[in-house]
Amino acid sequence: MTKEAISPGRGPSAVRRILGPAPLLGLLTGALACVLIERFFGQQVSDLLHLPKMPVLFGILTISKVVAGLVNALFKGAAFEGIELLQLPAAGVYFAVVYLLPLIGVGRITAGAANRAAAALARMPLPASALVHLGLMYVTLHVWAGMSDYRLITLNLTLIAVLFTLSLNIINGYMGEFSCSHPAFMAIGAYISSLFTVGLFVDDKVLGKALVAMPMDYLTFPLALILGGGAAAAGALIIAIPSFKTRGDYLAIISLAFLFIVKSLFENLQVLGGARGIAGQPDWATLPVIFAVVVLGIWIINNFVTSTLGKALNAVRDDETAAEAMTVNTRRVKMTAFLVGAFWAGVAGGLLAHVLRYINPAMFGVQKLAEVLAMVYFGGLNSVYGSIVGAVSISLLGEALRPLEILKWIFIPLLLILVMIYRPTGLVAFRDFDLRKAMGPRTDSRPKV
Amino acid sequence: MALLRVEHMTHYFGGLRAVHDYNLEIEAGQIVGLIGPNGAGKTTIFNLLTGIHTPSEGRILLDGRPINGLAPNRIAALGLGRTFQNLCLWRHMSVLDHVRLAHYARIDYGLAGAFFGTARRHRQEARIEARSRELLELVGIGHLADQGVLNLPYGAQRRVELARALAVAPKVLFLDEPTVGMTPEELGQMMGIIRQLHQQLGLAIFLIEHRLKMVMELCQRIQTLVFGEVIAEGTPGQIQNDPRVIEAYLGKETVD
Repeated sequence: MTKEAISPGRGPSAVRRILGPAPLLGLLTGALACVLIERFFGQQVSDLLHLPKMPVLFGILTISKVVAGLVNALFKGAAFEGIELLQLPAAGVYFAVVYLLPLIGVGRITAGAANRAAAALARMPLPASALVHLGLMYVTLHVWAGMSDYRLITLNLTLIAVLFTLSLNIINGYMGEFSCSHPAFMAIGAYISSLFTVGLFVDDKVLGKALVAMPMDYLTFPLALILGGGAAAAGALIIAIPSFKTRGDYLAIISLAFLFIVKSLFENLQVLGGARGIAGQPDWATLPVIFAVVVLGIWIINNFVTSTLGKALNAVRDDETAAEAMTVNTRRVKMTAFLVGAFWAGVAGGLLAHVLRYINPAMFGVQKLAEVLAMVYFGGLNSVYGSIVGAVSISLLGEALRPLEILKWIFIPLLLILVMIYRPTGLVAFRDFDLRKAMGPRTDSRPKV
Repeated sequence: MALLRVEHMTHYFGGLRAVHDYNLEIEAGQIVGLIGPNGAGKTTIFNLLTGIHTPSEGRILLDGRPINGLAPNRIAALGLGRTFQNLCLWRHMSVLDHVRLAHYARIDYGLAGAFFGTARRHRQEARIEARSRELLELVGIGHLADQGVLNLPYGAQRRVELARALAVAPKVLFLDEPTVGMTPEELGQMMGIIRQLHQQLGLAIFLIEHRLKMVMELCQRIQTLVFGEVIAEGTPGQIQNDPRVIEAYLGKETVD
């Protein structure tokens, strides 16, 4: 309701018009159909199209490989066979046949039934409806990621990036401060949770022999994540106390300093493996675990920012004096938001450590900072949707453009610059995430012109 | 016992004496006006009383309780609502959210409620929303509740500030030039609303205003501030004919 009011005059988007009246439920069904088609016929389709192998990332990777080959041929004189150019249209056709057409087709065909189902779900309690949608989403992702290990690791890292980005959006977007210490919080989370899992349950060169041997030790993983998040929040307190005593831009400077301090601390703490870091984390961060934690994180953060307590963040950002005059305890608001952001960054770090099963201080430097800032500002400030869009698109682009090597670092920043010019607050900024509305039937909101 | 009482308040900005020996008493249900030429220190007095600045000397008592030195949010929560001379709205928030947020001090569902969306939170948020809508109706912009504030015409934005100040549940309402920049039509409406609030809610109001006509019509008592000092205080009739006030506004009459 608020959303349309704040951005008036925006009709249904182009994507919406193509997909027609399909509700989220229908789109998820369509997506599931796509991945099932790929699962059973993907190989045949790619053979028919004479693709060297089944495209892993919707064909973008294939395209960028060909482009990279072309560039190398032009500038470095590397061998390039003209026949490879045929892969460009082939990858497009593959994407259309396997993903685009089934998604639109199934979405449109099932729109009526899906809308009725969505309406029935809407009458049920919100958690029930949410579980159905999430279940469908999970199955889709599971099938998609099940087709290659590369997809699985990309998906895992992308999900973690979503949580990480959203946790920074609380501070940089919702609260409008500029914090640079998020990779440090992630590092603290990664190290503390690794300390817990590796120290207790794994024989390790750095941390010594396992202290505990118990069955079903993976059940302690939530505790490890909470400890990691808690430690990150405690670290955040060190920044928050001096930075929020006064008004002004101290946070950016102090938090940047904190990032370097934490990184060099881990580099020099030989008990934690020094610059080589800690390896051998147990393989507990599987896709279902990550999916569950990320969904939980999004749910909690979204609850927070849509409550009146959370809206106080926006008030502090837009006019702090007015917020104070309207009984808002601005210092407490800022501290809370900062600590919440740090906590979830720590949790994301814990997940990351157990996906990669190896961490070292170099992973949490300025490059990580640049990456997460890009995700936040690209996706959109003050918006859960935005963080998801930003994290997913930058992660996938980063992966898909990998063959372009150095050109990737021209293409992605160029994209960022364009977004900053045409949508200065990001792609989907200032948008409330209304679960009930997102999952509801779309019969009542047909495009009106 | 006066609802709001200020005793011998003096304030310095560095070496500059902005306010000198200022005294004020506002009884429940009273409208008191503060007039004076530009730069006299009227808004400074508002900022001192609402806690944005802490007075160098003197005492401020709200309902018998000393409030000088408290943070602005504490003072506001004790019952002091205000509007700002140059609108201080939250540009990305809807009208309804403005009024809802001003209930901040009375939210007690805590962080657990905020994170997990407890039943208690939903009950409380529903109550706050209902009351916010009532307040918006009261100032006549109920139909604009779901608009973003920046989409509103100027007069309506002023009313948002007013509704927001009322949501604090003030004992005394501070209005800092509520009609500045308004068209005559908007001015008339605003005066009507202020009068209505005063009658319906029995609010005590402390008003800074430049338009003497409005102050004369609304206020029971008026203070005239010049260079941080009150040079005259009394009923509208007394102020209107006070030679010192006329001098402050129009300059001294000289015959050559």
